[in-house]
Amino acid sequence: MAALLEARGVSKSFGGLIAVDTLDFVLEEQAIASIIGPNGAGKTTFFNVVTGFYKPSTGNVLFDKHDIGGRKPNQLTRLGIGRTFQTIRLFNNMTVLENVLVGMHHRLHASFFGAVFQPPRVRREEEEATREAMGLLDYVGLKGHEWDFAKNLPYGLQRRLEIARALGTNPKLLLLDEPTAGMNPNETQDMTLFIRKLRDDRGLTILLIEHDMHVVMGISDTVTVLDYGKKIAEGTPGEIQRDERVIEAYLGRRALEMLKHDD
Amino acid sequence: MSLELELFIQQVFNGLTIGAYLGLIALGYTMVYGIIELINFAHGDLFAFGFFISLTIFTALGIPRPLEGFNLIVVLPLIFVVTMLLSGGLNVLIDRVAYKPLRNAPRLAPLITAVGMSFALEALFAIWQGPSQINYPRYFPQIDILRDWMGLEPQLLFITTKDLFLFGVTIPLMVGLTLFVDRTKLGKAMRAAAQDREAASMVGINVDRIIATTFFVGGALAGAAGLVWGLYINSGRFLMGFEAGLMAFTAAVLGGIGNIRGAVLGAFIIGLLKAMGDQYIGGAWSRIIIFAVLILLLVFRPSGILGSTQSIEKV
Repeated sequence: MAALLEARGVSKSFGGLIAVDTLDFVLEEQAIASIIGPNGAGKTTFFNVVTGFYKPSTGNVLFDKHDIGGRKPNQLTRLGIGRTFQTIRLFNNMTVLENVLVGMHHRLHASFFGAVFQPPRVRREEEEATREAMGLLDYVGLKGHEWDFAKNLPYGLQRRLEIARALGTNPKLLLLDEPTAGMNPNETQDMTLFIRKLRDDRGLTILLIEHDMHVVMGISDTVTVLDYGKKIAEGTPGEIQRDERVIEAYLGRRALEMLKHDD
Repeated sequence: MSLELELFIQQVFNGLTIGAYLGLIALGYTMVYGIIELINFAHGDLFAFGFFISLTIFTALGIPRPLEGFNLIVVLPLIFVVTMLLSGGLNVLIDRVAYKPLRNAPRLAPLITAVGMSFALEALFAIWQGPSQINYPRYFPQIDILRDWMGLEPQLLFITTKDLFLFGVTIPLMVGLTLFVDRTKLGKAMRAAAQDREAASMVGINVDRIIATTFFVGGALAGAAGLVWGLYINSGRFLMGFEAGLMAFTAAVLGGIGNIRGAVLGAFIIGLLKAMGDQYIGGAWSRIIIFAVLILLLVFRPSGILGSTQSIEKV
């Protein structure tokens, strides 16, 4: 399998703080990979670099054979990077359907005048987009909610809508920032299965930031552990669970010593 | 009909005419605020620009007055289009030069720049057109509708073809803008960017372009209002944008800043307040009333009548 995303020596610093420190990272096509680490480890900063919100201070990022350092988020969306946010960021005052249609926006070709005068070609395009958006909503389990305002959806469905909106941009790579945050165990289980289904049905490559270790260990092909911006471990879920540096970063040195003592 | 009643009806009508042009200006305030949370204090001056530039075009073309036939049906709409394009373009230029470099600065920075931009524009207008009151020739034919067309004999009520023209231009523009924002893809993208700029860029919306479009549309509407004012009131001066801008701003706050329908509603309320104040209390007092409304609103109900949104809301 070819690499879809590759970071080479990527750093991002804010003043004196180095949030991501010379990170190398490779993500294969159609893989599900997770990035874990304590709070402030640089996970979301790395997402922001990959999605173009931050320009890397050093190093470069390759996506689908393009060097993407310094490109803007909307240009990266066009290349095929979709994303959800740690705190849900829907367009609250729009309907569920409109949220997804906005996500399909950049794929439609109507100009300013096309938008104002709506010739048949534009209208046809709109109708097709609406049909496709309805299909996506059905797929993520939001059938029947199309005309609700996004702000009125229950929390779990808002997460689904955020994913549907990202799918509307037709991504190759989907970045999910804590997709199960705030969910109960049932919802978490559903979301985990759903993420796997996204990969299996649609051939997506998925990169997760996740705190729930059941989710991480359950669906990831590879796990990357960050601490203070540095990669401290990488491997299959099994390897990561046995890695001493990871246990230390998460539980502290004393815990590690206690574990060793038990052995 | 009694004289008193006719007077009242006439003032209602006058209030609506004031509301109509204020509404066009208020829309630009509210749209720009909706998308970048900036009170663009230079926005009122676009209204003055529309007035001056259209007058310049009329003069340069040497169009005879009153407008008739071809000039009325073809040339006047063309002048509208050119005025709106130039006003919209100027507003985009102002954003590019004065606000865009400050997009990520604290909110006070672009606000102060906007005040400075307003002063700069007013000074430029004074240099360009002189500081005194300027006559805008009576291009639009004025026919007394009630007496000459309908054969009525009111004592006082006076409604002319100029009034028809004013509503015939402003109302379709307001309705058109609302439909544009509600229905079209570009309008959806504007609403999305107004609600969450980062999320909008993450779904492929070029937020910089959307902001430029917003400035363009807002400027074009203010320019159209300036042209309507010129043909309707037939005079103006370099500072005209200042007061119109303040009143339109009050209208936008009254309706709920960021709310498109609110801006139009607020403008009509302010227009009625002004007309009634002028008639029944005295012209000097109606400004005091209007700005007292602004102060009371900001203290007691800053979200306005229809609710302020951090966005261009669809009600």
